[in-house]
Amino acid sequence: MSEKFVVGYDGSVTARRALDFALSRAKAQGGTILLVHVLEWSPYSFLTPQELEERHKRRREEMDRAKHHILEPVITEISDQGVEVTSELRYGKTADVICEIATDQKATQIIIGRDGHSALSARVFGSVASALVQIAPVPCTIVP
Amino acid sequence: MQQIFSRAALGAASLTFAGTAPVMAQSIDEKVNQLFADSTGWFVSFIFSPFPGTSFPWIVAWLVVAASVFTLYFAFVQFRNFGHAISLVKGDYSDPNDAGEVSHFQALATALSGTVGLGNIAGVAVAVGIGGPGATFWMILAGLMGMASKFTECTLGVKYRNEYPDGTVSGGPMYYLTKGFAERGLPGGKILAVLFSIFCILGALGGGNMFQANQAHQQISGIVGEYPGWITGVIFAAVVFAVIVGGLKSIARVTEKVVPFMGVTYVLAALVIIIMNADQIGWAFGQIFEGAFTGLGVAGGMVGALIQGFKRAAFSNEAGVGSAAIAHSAVRTKEPITEGFVSLLEPFIDTVVICTMTALVIIISGQLVTDPETGLYIVGESGMIQTADGSSGVSLTSAAFASAFSWFPYVLALAVVLFAFSTMISWSYYGLKAWTYLFGEGKNKEIVFKVIFCIFVIIGAAANLGPVIDFSDAAIFAMAVVNVFGLYFLMPIVKRELQSYSARLKSGEIRKFH
Repeated sequence: MSEKFVVGYDGSVTARRALDFALSRAKAQGGTILLVHVLEWSPYSFLTPQELEERHKRRREEMDRAKHHILEPVITEISDQGVEVTSELRYGKTADVICEIATDQKATQIIIGRDGHSALSARVFGSVASALVQIAPVPCTIVP
Repeated sequence: MQQIFSRAALGAASLTFAGTAPVMAQSIDEKVNQLFADSTGWFVSFIFSPFPGTSFPWIVAWLVVAASVFTLYFAFVQFRNFGHAISLVKGDYSDPNDAGEVSHFQALATALSGTVGLGNIAGVAVAVGIGGPGATFWMILAGLMGMASKFTECTLGVKYRNEYPDGTVSGGPMYYLTKGFAERGLPGGKILAVLFSIFCILGALGGGNMFQANQAHQQISGIVGEYPGWITGVIFAAVVFAVIVGGLKSIARVTEKVVPFMGVTYVLAALVIIIMNADQIGWAFGQIFEGAFTGLGVAGGMVGALIQGFKRAAFSNEAGVGSAAIAHSAVRTKEPITEGFVSLLEPFIDTVVICTMTALVIIISGQLVTDPETGLYIVGESGMIQTADGSSGVSLTSAAFASAFSWFPYVLALAVVLFAFSTMISWSYYGLKAWTYLFGEGKNKEIVFKVIFCIFVIIGAAANLGPVIDFSDAAIFAMAVVNVFGLYFLMPIVKRELQSYSARLKSGEIRKFH
């Protein structure tokens, strides 16, 4: 059975390291890559009336930016290396969304970079990596 | 204690201001006040003119009748769909693919931050201070009925909003009055929309601005000592200017985060005080019910209590006024009626929960002076019930909370300032929408309104409570006159939406996503 690696990718340096790690595995074991980019969002946050009015417009802009500047360049790059790749762009809580997609798409592994916050801020705000360790439905690799 | 604190805090300021400055400042305040009272008096007396031969203002009847009509016409929608409204806010029916769009919760929270504020703290104190505890009963009743008015206007707000090609949305009574009337083939929609917009601008400058600035000043000066109002006004105006003209998002964002927190703190503090005096709850409700039908000696008796209760409820939750329809119209939903359901929670939270808390604390704290022999409240010459330390408005609420926690006035002062600020930001937006409806979109046109808005902050802080509160009420009720009139013609549209949605909900066509 072919491996399916879910990679959390936000264009950062650590995410790039996670992607490189996933790429080498995919090439070695023969697998596919599913890039997941999550735009952090809570339906319970507070917005000003002005922000409410512009929300739909901003959402479109945010999704465009993510698609064209973050996902598309690496998708081309990965395909060029001969590895099969798909992508998902979603709004929500990063860790939750990654797990949901991993379950739905029957992924075999989740690979993410460490988000590199200090221990204190991670303790206060939580980090994606530590959340995933707790809730991941499949084996999860955290690339330093 | 407060005196010592005030002297210490004002020490530096009064040294430099010593001499003529305070005298001059006082006269600026007086002039502003006189000018303001003179120029707005006719408008106020028209809106609040009583039915001939009675003391019952026609405008109060107007709102009560409207809320009752909507309640009956939609067969008590506010009670039958209360549970459904809560699951909508929780997001049970939200399509996960719409994540990142405005949720029901966000629309409700933003609309609430525009209404929860001084009306709940100062307005209730005014109502109870004039109408006695009985005013609370009528206030709660008005809140419960007002839920149906809010439901009607917010459904229409979403249904007839404008969606522009760039993805922004604009909605509110001016849009549903024009489009809805046209759809039903009725004339005059445009005229109503223009009238509404004019009153909305006045309401934004009055209740949404001057009343807020005024009460914020009263609260601050209650803690640091008396000083001229225009100083508070200038500071407030500068911050508001920075946000609405300068686009300083960070201040708005901080406020939007802190305001809900302050709201929760306020309710918790009130709950603690009520629980601490648990033995008096029965008595307090006794006073509320007895006062509602006898007045317990207040000016105007039962009618006096009723007028105050209804007036303050309308001013606090803005049901029927049309302002909430502007805030709610940005939500992402395929069913306009769902936003109507969500919005009916607003008067409930605002009036039935928060206002009642304030009223209970004031009653329980014993700030209102009664005649020990008759048990009736002693009414002063101004028509206000005498209070333990002669305070009224927000200082009455402050004194009531202070009777349990001596430090609470400081928290309350902060809460009032923040509530005032967030309400101003919301209303500056409502006013702006009305302004651009009248004069067209455009950067320069928007700036003109925003600058006028900031100037009124200063006027509001400098004027006395009396004329400011009268004008604020008058302007906001004038909005309701136009809005409610339009709602009567448009309510069949809402009814169709309601029937269709209820049928599909029952048949299982509309299902929970989670």
